[in-house]
Amino acid sequence: MTGRAVNVAKQYDAVVVGAGIVGAACARALAIEGLRVLIVDGRYAAGGTTAAGMGHLVVMDDSPEQLALTALSLELWHDLSRLLNGEVEYDPCGTIWVAEDSAQLDAVREKQRMYAEYGVASQVLDAAGVAAAEPNLRAGLSGGLLVPGDAVVYPPRAALWLLEDARRRGATLLEDSNAGVKELFDHGVRCGDRDIEANVVVVAAGAEAAKLVPELPIVPRKGHLAITDRYPGFVRHQLVELGYLTSAHQMTSESVAFNVQPRTTGQVLIGSSRELVGWDGSMNRDILRRMLDRAAAFMPSLTDLSVIRTWTGFRPTTPDKLPLIGPWPAHAGCWIAAGHEGLGITTSVGTGRLVADLVVGRTPPIDAAPYAPARVLDATLPAQAGHSSGHSS
Amino acid sequence: MSARETVRIVVDGEELEVKKGVTLAAALLDAGVYVFRRSVHGDPRAPLCGMGICQECRMTIDNVAHRRSCLITVMPGMVVSTGQVSP
Repeated sequence: MTGRAVNVAKQYDAVVVGAGIVGAACARALAIEGLRVLIVDGRYAAGGTTAAGMGHLVVMDDSPEQLALTALSLELWHDLSRLLNGEVEYDPCGTIWVAEDSAQLDAVREKQRMYAEYGVASQVLDAAGVAAAEPNLRAGLSGGLLVPGDAVVYPPRAALWLLEDARRRGATLLEDSNAGVKELFDHGVRCGDRDIEANVVVVAAGAEAAKLVPELPIVPRKGHLAITDRYPGFVRHQLVELGYLTSAHQMTSESVAFNVQPRTTGQVLIGSSRELVGWDGSMNRDILRRMLDRAAAFMPSLTDLSVIRTWTGFRPTTPDKLPLIGPWPAHAGCWIAAGHEGLGITTSVGTGRLVADLVVGRTPPIDAAPYAPARVLDATLPAQAGHSSGHSS
Repeated sequence: MSARETVRIVVDGEELEVKKGVTLAAALLDAGVYVFRRSVHGDPRAPLCGMGICQECRMTIDNVAHRRSCLITVMPGMVVSTGQVSP
């Protein structure tokens, strides 16, 4: 049976596997369509990659498809921001992409042109402009690109808000060790020791999606973060070096990039690093040192601040750096919403919108074809190394 | 050292005469200062452990934020800020 008519014998119309921010956004979007939604998570909501991330809501232009999805998502976040509670810590602080030299400043101008094409406002800052905007940046930078529409949230709280809003619209959340999904079948899942039938199954299991669907080329890409004590006003915008995209795009064994974020608490969140080491979540002191040195190279007075906590997390990374959003041909009624790399907090809401539109048969606001999961079945996609079937906990 | 020996420091912009030769935390508590800093939600905080572990006695001391007043000996002329989250 492949029809989408609601079967009254089934308790739920849709089962969302994974209560991270992507699953939460999909569940909310499907609940808004009037579907009876069940969200299942084998551990607890917002406890995986969602809890480890920075929470930067950012338009990014590694590819036109990435730009389209992040720009759509920022529009949706802007609409949501009026509804969010204070615990989500939504902060419309904007992003400044920092240019170190004149070549990077040229790239900044190109970036502005590209953003404008997608309706994203931005402003080129010269050396004096970037110094005035962020007095703790080092002297001698060439300028930057201010993207005022970017923002910051506290990711686990944002995910919990989306889940709570889904529940207000009738969705049910099941989160415990018996809610882990073991197997997919046509229009259903084996959850714990029982089968749950639903016309729609959405796999939103992030970096762990490949444990459930081994054909998915999603691998964990480890990152480190450090957070300081409270120093209100030390940094005002999310600051990212222009070279960040290079660090994010290249699947080298490890890389670091300057990426610093103001929290509404006055804390400063410092990133970023990328490593392909399977599910090893241990602290790599060498790469943490390189990450902090990179940050201090841009903001020398960071070294006067006290770091109170460091941690690691795993980005769900795909070979072509685009998430997998859409129907999964292996099972009738099965959909994938996973593989968002370091952009899942931003693109969660855009993903929810695409999934809901595709499920009800409406045309999405952007072309969904580039994100179609079936592309990974195409043999031309490069195989992914470093796949591990181990457990993350 | 006599218990009556004192030093003058500045607390939140006002001069205060406090006991000499003890930690800043002890001197402030002795002088009746009970709010050392504010939590992220604005709640008052004061020393708990007195030995540098609990972090509750952090203050801005001589313009450096988040110093543990229980580990620092009070000195004449110290400028101290309490009850705020930052310098």
